[in-house]
Amino acid sequence: MLKLPRLTPRQESQPVLPALLGVLRRDLLANFRRRQELFNPLIFFVMVVALFPLGVSPEVEFLRQSGAGILWVAALLSTLLSLDHLFRHDFDEGVLEQMLLQPQPLYLMVLVKVFSHWLVTGLPLVLMTPVLGVMLHLDGNSIGYLCLTLLVGTPVLSFIGAIGAALTLGLRSAGILLSLLIIPLYIPVLIFGTGTVTAVAAGLPVGSYIALLGALLVVAITCAPFATAAALRISVSNS
Amino acid sequence: MPVPLLQASGLSCERDDRLLFVDLELAVAPGDLLQIEGPNGSGKTTLLRMLAGLHTGFEGEIRWCGEPLARQREHFLRNLLYIGHRPGIKPLLTPLENLRAQLSGKPGVGDEQLESALDAVALFPFIHVPCHHLSAGQQRRVALAALYLSDEPLWILDEAFTAIDKDGVASLERLLHKRMSAGGAVILTTHHPLHVDGARSLSLARFAPAAEDLF
Repeated sequence: MLKLPRLTPRQESQPVLPALLGVLRRDLLANFRRRQELFNPLIFFVMVVALFPLGVSPEVEFLRQSGAGILWVAALLSTLLSLDHLFRHDFDEGVLEQMLLQPQPLYLMVLVKVFSHWLVTGLPLVLMTPVLGVMLHLDGNSIGYLCLTLLVGTPVLSFIGAIGAALTLGLRSAGILLSLLIIPLYIPVLIFGTGTVTAVAAGLPVGSYIALLGALLVVAITCAPFATAAALRISVSNS
Repeated sequence: MPVPLLQASGLSCERDDRLLFVDLELAVAPGDLLQIEGPNGSGKTTLLRMLAGLHTGFEGEIRWCGEPLARQREHFLRNLLYIGHRPGIKPLLTPLENLRAQLSGKPGVGDEQLESALDAVALFPFIHVPCHHLSAGQQRRVALAALYLSDEPLWILDEAFTAIDKDGVASLERLLHKRMSAGGAVILTTHHPLHVDGARSLSLARFAPAAEDLF
């Protein structure tokens, strides 16, 4: 008979990077298999922006003035729309429990999960922005800066939103509570995002705006996953 | 008597204003198999979640290798394999992709090993079929395939045999037996009668709160 080696508790730590890549690959693959769900926020984004000229005013002057604001608000709302899916499927399937039981730091796992969420929801918005910017008669320079602010700002929205999504995981319908929790925290991002484009249009220096957005991103990346990880533990413990 | 891997003392748990059990004691040493028994709703799943560190609302102490669990958390997780009530399988992914993702943090596990583990649970013909096309028992088997690649000394299995057919149960029992002789410890719940030599059982009814504690 085959003699198995004695099992003894393992002392050495396990590699972190392959585990993180595994999480990233699984999330991207699962998202790819239900891409119709991903189109929802993107279509919402395009629709909201397209309805403004129809509903408010198609005048070039108005659109040029408020274009950046419209795009930012639409991006913010469409991020909010996609947030509930961030952990919900994993939670229902028991995948989240397994993630909490991995020996690798939960902080990094959450970081990777939010990053993959941004890749499939935030990044498409950024890529869509130049087209919509042209539609709203923004000039090339403004569109460039708008894309830059969205590129820096949408990950902040995802990271902050992840805290709310994790906190409301145990609730049956998290929708309105999630919005109430998260929108106040989005306001600084919105102000600096649109402020940059307004400053560009007025010919003012924008370095400080971009620096502040960057600072928000750094703070979000370093702090939000801690809060999200703690919230996930609480939600799983109470389920 | 070897040092117990996992030891719990004085565990009491309350859920939704209902006391599930009080002063529960248990210990598993290498080579032990402990079956938790009790009717539906008696707190078996909650107990296993507490032991795995997923459920934290309880009184009492859990020790891992003789030290409080909270201080040994990373070491504990490195040596634990937990399969919960919900199997932790993404229905949109194939069994192979699921298992690969789950074990990606484990060094030395390649596709060959994953395929042989899926073969061991009779899923080899289905390794490229998305899990939502598989039956409940087959989905359960995807999760159980991880057992065949596990070198963790402690297994915590919640409802391990649910939806598994007779042959599947028999081969799992063989696996459990092999684990015990190799020095692995297993805690599980099941409503199947278990045919494994040396299995101990612990009935939650013994730790049910006395009537006066309820009020």
